[in-house]
Amino acid sequence: MSLRGAVAVAGVHEHPTRFAPDKTAYQIMAESARGALADAGLSIRDVDGLFTSGVGPGLGIVSLAQHLDLRPTFLDSQAIGGSSFVSHCLHAAAAIHAGLCSVALVVYGSTAASERFAIGTGGGVPSDPPDQFELPFGPTIVGSYALVAQRHMHEYGTTSEQLAEIAVTMRRHATANPHAKYREPITVDDVLASRVISSPLHLLDCCIISDGGGALVLTSAERARDLAKRPALILGGAEAVQHQGIGRRDLCDVAARQTGRLALARAGVGHADVDLCMVYDSYTITVLVTLEALGFCAPGEGGAFCANGRIGLGGVLPTNTDGGGLSSNHPGMRGIFLVIEAVRQLRGERGDAQVPDCEVALVHGTGGLLGQRHSGVTLLLGRA
Amino acid sequence: MSEARPTYRKPLPRIDEESRPWWEALARRELYVQRCRACGITRLPPRALCPACLSSDTEWVRASGAGTVYSFTVTHQNQAPGFREELPYVLAVVELAEGPRMMTNVVGCAPDDVRIGMAVEVVFDDVAPGVTLPRFRPASRSA
Repeated sequence: MSLRGAVAVAGVHEHPTRFAPDKTAYQIMAESARGALADAGLSIRDVDGLFTSGVGPGLGIVSLAQHLDLRPTFLDSQAIGGSSFVSHCLHAAAAIHAGLCSVALVVYGSTAASERFAIGTGGGVPSDPPDQFELPFGPTIVGSYALVAQRHMHEYGTTSEQLAEIAVTMRRHATANPHAKYREPITVDDVLASRVISSPLHLLDCCIISDGGGALVLTSAERARDLAKRPALILGGAEAVQHQGIGRRDLCDVAARQTGRLALARAGVGHADVDLCMVYDSYTITVLVTLEALGFCAPGEGGAFCANGRIGLGGVLPTNTDGGGLSSNHPGMRGIFLVIEAVRQLRGERGDAQVPDCEVALVHGTGGLLGQRHSGVTLLLGRA
Repeated sequence: MSEARPTYRKPLPRIDEESRPWWEALARRELYVQRCRACGITRLPPRALCPACLSSDTEWVRASGAGTVYSFTVTHQNQAPGFREELPYVLAVVELAEGPRMMTNVVGCAPDDVRIGMAVEVVFDDVAPGVTLPRFRPASRSA
């Protein structure tokens, strides 16, 4: 019972705000839901599946259902970090295909920036058992990713300049995105001259902090055909985790190694078929190791693969054409925006930033702490 | 065991039933790894069952305290109390001579002198009553 092509993303909406001290996260979610449902040509009353993340620590998704006065019959508040919303798409596809719901609303909203929340460099409170062996030593989120970057440099000779090129490419994409938070072009030297947050990562190797939100509407491919916009089909996907295990973790090995292979096989597409990559760019190193692990280049070749604008518009593998979390927006969890941009590209709506003849998009969300414990979710989307 | 430092503001480990022997040994200035008597696999962090074979037959093996730096980062920004006053500091993953890798700090040298592959040895830092953290410093003798 393959999922391939059975379910479609019928509506998307990226909230244009990057700073909203006058709004609540729930309001951003409601406005995003309104946008995505209008995009699909559906009504809030059509929604019978609700998917969100990051809404706790209370009843979370139940409180959100009340706020939207929804009575969904399928609920999923997956909490595996920023990749959760990519995971939602996979789960929603399975649920719709199995008849457990018919119209899924995936929604996200956050006011991280206006609450002045130090996402990457704040402290942690020990909660899960493994935390007791880590938090006393002061890992920040940036630090967790920096451990991977340092090891990658040691094993493969990857350089800070190569990482900086990724930030430069994302900023170039952001210049063409009127909603992006940072739109001034930057150079490799600018990245290297920015202060070191956690070596070897500089400030401009790190994603920004913004407010924002977004929503997706998924339904069967059959129903989507009659809706307002050209549907984007879910071709396949997979999710995985990577962690310390029993203390033998190879830091350069990330969850994408497991998901990429599976997702591509399930979707029935090869690397050469992928026209666009939307990969979580929490940090420059995240992009580099993700593309390696997905198999677009060999382990250790990510630095060269990403250099000279090769992952920019017009390059061999256009990646994060909205400017990514490094330049456009990052309200704490970016997974939903990866899917939104992929759908816009598959529809051919992106104007100056359009990938020509975009037929297949690969989305990969990374959630959690890359050097400690993280999730990875790969989703393949295709033009209907 | 030393008294709690009145100014210690960093997170303390939330010690549980599976980890208590490990932390108690650290307070005695002893570092242990676990070995499964059923399948022989050595593991950290400690837990009651061997995840390889699910056996509960576990022995505690005293570690030599020697290791090498597997990866590290010099942390220049951390807004959390306790850490923000001590910037920059070195967060590291150290591979013990017995095999398992663990998160820790490298202390006793300039942060910029830390290198991957560097030989290190454990130092025991009493931070609160019953809580001793295993940190590492450059090895005093050559490996």
